[in-house]
Amino acid sequence: MDKQTNISKKPQINHANPLARTLLEKLDYDQLTNCMRCGFCLPACPTFRETGVEPESPRGRIALMKAVADGLMEPDDMFRDQMNHCLGCRACEPVCPADVKYGQLIEQARDAIEDHSVHSPPVRGIRKLFFKGVFPHRNRLKSLGRTLNFYQTSGLRRVARGTGIMRLFPKPLRDMERILPDATAQGVIEQLGTVHPAKGAPIARVALFRGCIMDVMFAGTNVNTVKLLSEAGFEVVIPPEQTCCGALHAHSGELELARNLARINVKVFKELNVDYIVSNAGGCGALLVEYDHLLHGDEDWNEQAAWFASRVVDISRLLVEHGRIPAFAESAATTAEPVIVTYQDSCHLRNVMRSGSAPRQLINQVANVTFQEMKEADRCCGSAGIYNVTQPEMAGQILEHKMDNVNVTGARYILTSNPGCLLQMKLGVEQHGRGEPIEVKHVVDFLYERLSKQDA
Amino acid sequence: MLDPALTAQLRAIVGDAHFRDDKEALITHSYDGTPMLQALPDGVVYPESTEQVSAIMKALSFYKIPLVSRGSGSNLCGGTVPVQGGVVMVMHRMNRLLELDLENLTATVQPGMITADFIHHIESLGLFYPPDPSSMRISTIGGNIAECSGGLRGLKYGTTKDYVIGLEAVLASGEIIRTGGKLMKDVAGYDLTKLLVGSEGTLAIITEATLKLIPPPKSKMTMLAMFRDLYGAARTVSAIIESKIIPATLEFMDNPTIRVVDDFAKLGLPLDMEAILLIEQDGDPETVTRDIEQIRQICTREQADTIQVAATREEAERLLTARRSAFTALARLRPTTILEDATVPRSKIADMVRRINEISIKYNVTIATFGHAGDGNLHPTATTDARDTEEIHRVEQAFEEIFAAALELGGTITGEHGVGMVKAPFLEWKIGASGMELMKGIKKVFDPDNLLNPGKVFAKETRRRVVIDHG
Repeated sequence: MDKQTNISKKPQINHANPLARTLLEKLDYDQLTNCMRCGFCLPACPTFRETGVEPESPRGRIALMKAVADGLMEPDDMFRDQMNHCLGCRACEPVCPADVKYGQLIEQARDAIEDHSVHSPPVRGIRKLFFKGVFPHRNRLKSLGRTLNFYQTSGLRRVARGTGIMRLFPKPLRDMERILPDATAQGVIEQLGTVHPAKGAPIARVALFRGCIMDVMFAGTNVNTVKLLSEAGFEVVIPPEQTCCGALHAHSGELELARNLARINVKVFKELNVDYIVSNAGGCGALLVEYDHLLHGDEDWNEQAAWFASRVVDISRLLVEHGRIPAFAESAATTAEPVIVTYQDSCHLRNVMRSGSAPRQLINQVANVTFQEMKEADRCCGSAGIYNVTQPEMAGQILEHKMDNVNVTGARYILTSNPGCLLQMKLGVEQHGRGEPIEVKHVVDFLYERLSKQDA
Repeated sequence: MLDPALTAQLRAIVGDAHFRDDKEALITHSYDGTPMLQALPDGVVYPESTEQVSAIMKALSFYKIPLVSRGSGSNLCGGTVPVQGGVVMVMHRMNRLLELDLENLTATVQPGMITADFIHHIESLGLFYPPDPSSMRISTIGGNIAECSGGLRGLKYGTTKDYVIGLEAVLASGEIIRTGGKLMKDVAGYDLTKLLVGSEGTLAIITEATLKLIPPPKSKMTMLAMFRDLYGAARTVSAIIESKIIPATLEFMDNPTIRVVDDFAKLGLPLDMEAILLIEQDGDPETVTRDIEQIRQICTREQADTIQVAATREEAERLLTARRSAFTALARLRPTTILEDATVPRSKIADMVRRINEISIKYNVTIATFGHAGDGNLHPTATTDARDTEEIHRVEQAFEEIFAAALELGGTITGEHGVGMVKAPFLEWKIGASGMELMKGIKKVFDPDNLLNPGKVFAKETRRRVVIDHG
């Protein structure tokens, strides 16, 4: 729609505070103005729901950003903390009448804050190590996988836990160590190669976005994704030059690093000229689908980024909308036991990729499966990237409420569409499970398993 | 800045965590759902009991510090913006359902309870609380009572005031009063309950409310009627009422709204229609079927171009989507959305819509109109940009003239949003000078030092009546 252009976009203020200056420069003032403070976002926001106080809501956080930009307040420690307190689940966006791009605002705010942050040496070291040193480098990820795998399978893990040395680490990290799946250096390409043909007449040629952590910690899910795509009639290519999506960078205020990664991915996938770029992790997919916004203003990349973003699709949605649904739908053919399953939304899949219904449609088609929707399945589980490590208290509170809702479903399986959610739900089962066995699985793995239990 | 002795006292009453005067708290309680209004308070307090509210008020009245009580701040009249500073009192912690009396069909709730949560709970028990403001997913019962909220069911079932039968409230002095009770009949003295409902936090702080519940309707039917002629649609509204049918919902969208809604929601609405009516009837199945059939005949007689009756609940939902998207669609057009609630007798709907359209052309501003045709409550909605001061000035002039037009047609300046700050300059137009004096007198008795929500309802100056240009 036509927007008036004869008005100044930003107030002309020469802030004395350097962070305020950067915030004014980096925040999209149009989006700040678009928020009309109607309050529709409040009930959707998990941190508002937990605390009931206005600053912990999207409307409140936007008011704070605008107040800093307008010179009404200095960006103090409380301001920084409040920006970091947001889960970034973006549940506020679908309910916003004015279509305010809150996710972009919070990333811009964190980016500005990061520019002026002085981290303690260990934090600085860890940030640098992971954001620059590990995520973007496939070889280093592989050796990390190898090391982790050694730790997990050599008996070292047992020793570490037995000696109590783990107690030296903060609790959130200890919790995470316990639920981490077995890592591997054998990613999807090492296992399947770079091209995988379609079963039957090919419907389309798709490229797999394999992710960084995903391919080390959940390589099996990547492999199953490729096999499922092939079963559904898609030819799959996996470009080895692809890199990390940059989501964790963007959410942590490292927007420039995220942009650099985006440029690499756009270039690599553009050269393949595929019909779709398939993601199986809601968190990655949500950034990929917004690469055009991320690279907005970069004239050299505008067009290619738009090409890329328009082709990104979650595996569930691709299967539902374009695939030949594999035979797991035929109840006569399956040997799998009847089970109740429930589904925990990946916030980013639902709120950003707007594909929350596809996984449910697929689950509902599986034979001998009763799908039991849990109350507030659309509410964030508290994982939110590394939120559960940086904000353990709020994350724990949210998870406890989440598990109350899981437990009443009587589900044998909790399915998810994102690795972070998967680990968090595992933690939830361990800490607040109702005693009976509950397995947490990626939708893709569950579907592929059921497919394998076909007699045909 | 508040006196440190006072802040110490407030902290002692509610505990350190529930009194705040840091910048974050002040900024995030400086606005409500009204565009372009913002003012910082000096402190924010979150009480958890009537006793705390009373103690807070005693302390504040000793220091003569103003107080604004609020729920979720979703109102659209500037009702909870602390224009004169002081303390903002957030009622969110007082959010319990205190009692459900199934023998008397009443519920007693604290003011901070979210309206939708209350309604869901009541409905799960097979009962019905009809007031349904569009903001109900976030607004509180206390806020609804303070503003006397309406909603889509107001035509048949009435608004908040028709369901509040008893109140507990704290006066400016800190004293606690009780009005009404679980009584369907009560004429003991003046009706203070009705006086407090819609008093916008200027007379007392509501701390407890007893609400009337009714049995739910057994069935519901929904239809959509589209008209090429605005007067046809308007005559339909009058004819339905005249034939002694009161629909549960009778909603209206004008042509500019239809265009925007369709562009947004891609519903395939015909863009050449002057008006769409969304009609819902509920009650016993036989009555509903008969009423809907009769309404259909009226629509046909008034030359409706298309009439759709939903066969299933899903189809009905689709029809309702059109009306529900109106606000969302309009809000996405331009950064600032100013939604008003001028109200006229329902026989004057067409005249009012025509006048609004003329006024919007005269001032060259975009105003689309939708709303509750059945009760004459229209929502002329301007889409504009707060940063464009010249345009905003024209929007203000246009609305001034719209309020004048509503009054001229026998209507009022606000049907459900309240006076607050936004309509305060126009209140005298509606109630006259002696009406103003009487209301100010009432305010003085309740709140002699003008501490409760000062600067609302009564403006410093009344706006001079504009001369309506009939050209």
